[in-house]
Amino acid sequence: MAEQGKVDPMHQFMIEPLFGTDHWTIAGHNIAFTNSALWMLITFVVLFAFVAGGAKGQTVPGRWQVMVEGLVGFIDNLLAANVGPKGKKYVPYIFSLFSFILFSNVLGLLPLGLIKGVHPFTSTSHFTVTGVLAILSFSIVLIVGFARHGLHFFSLFVPHGTPAWLLWLIPVIELISFLVRPFSLALRLFVAMMAGHVLLEVLSSFVISSTNSGMLWGTVVGLPSFALMIAICALEILVAGIQAYVFALLTSLYLNDAENLH
Amino acid sequence: MPQIAQLSATYASQIFWALIFFGFVFFVVGRGFVPKVQATVANRDKQIADDLAAAEAARRAAESDEANWAATSNKQRAEAQALIAKAKADATKASEARLAQAAAVVDERIAQADARLAAARADALAEIETVASEAASDIVARLAGLSVEGDAARAAVKEVLHG
Repeated sequence: MAEQGKVDPMHQFMIEPLFGTDHWTIAGHNIAFTNSALWMLITFVVLFAFVAGGAKGQTVPGRWQVMVEGLVGFIDNLLAANVGPKGKKYVPYIFSLFSFILFSNVLGLLPLGLIKGVHPFTSTSHFTVTGVLAILSFSIVLIVGFARHGLHFFSLFVPHGTPAWLLWLIPVIELISFLVRPFSLALRLFVAMMAGHVLLEVLSSFVISSTNSGMLWGTVVGLPSFALMIAICALEILVAGIQAYVFALLTSLYLNDAENLH
Repeated sequence: MPQIAQLSATYASQIFWALIFFGFVFFVVGRGFVPKVQATVANRDKQIADDLAAAEAARRAAESDEANWAATSNKQRAEAQALIAKAKADATKASEARLAQAAAVVDERIAQADARLAAARADALAEIETVASEAASDIVARLAGLSVEGDAARAAVKEVLHG
């Protein structure tokens, strides 16, 4: 928290190097292990534990195995519905994408701040991280598209039923919308995560400030803000799932463009 | 906004660690466990499908067994009916033959009895004629003192008896 008991809603997004600040470099770039990296590691460990615990391969599954198989089946269905049979080979990637984002989002929402000295950090609230995922997805789309269809992949920019007299305009619009994809992917997730966390932090600062200024303001402003916080916490859990789903869904739709060019 | 304020200082670290840990997720979880989970699900689905197919085959077999059994039992029942009918017919024929035999015996006996009766009647008639002719000749001898020849008396009696 910032000084003088004030809540700085942006402080939660601060990246603090934990170690390796001085000498961990790649080609002159510092790659210190930060709190962001730590939470990505935690995401990986939790996700690994979750999936490993459910990959027992029993014919009659237990609860845990049902959860993991449900998650895998969900991604499987998503790809089967959006890409078709050719989408089967992308299940590992889309699964990794979806569960990494989902676990990262949800872990960042955990009320670990209640423990002194522990600050939860949502790595997906940084466009440097979401950008990596978006560029990965977009690169896969480009590679698959050009590998599968060659230069014919450019016909993606001329949708079916384009009138001949619009041929000078539609491809330009389509090209722009195509090029915007990685940015929209990265920014949507980062903005959704950041906005929710900022909102919660701002409301909590209302609760703290109003309660500090007395009984009256605490009742008039503090209590409604607190009620709103609870509701928004529920909403944030929903958003955490929805944003992971949207990322995975859009990636699979883009993969569909690359796999089954109209 | 720290995302932008710290961008130049942290982007390399962010990108590096994002790639590292997402890479871990992809290669360890995505490539390592997900295909296993999918294989498990596929195996289970296959086993369920196989079991269902086996159950369907068993049902078919049971149905065809039942049909065979029904056919066999119908056939056997028909055979039994035929056997019963034949036995009945045989029995009827046999009893008819026996009845006919018995009737023949009875008829023969009746005929013999009739013959005996007729013979006895004829004997009796002859006896009566003789007695009557003797009585008539006796009567004639006693009343008229005439002696009538036996043959003449017999003829006279016969004439009277038979008109």
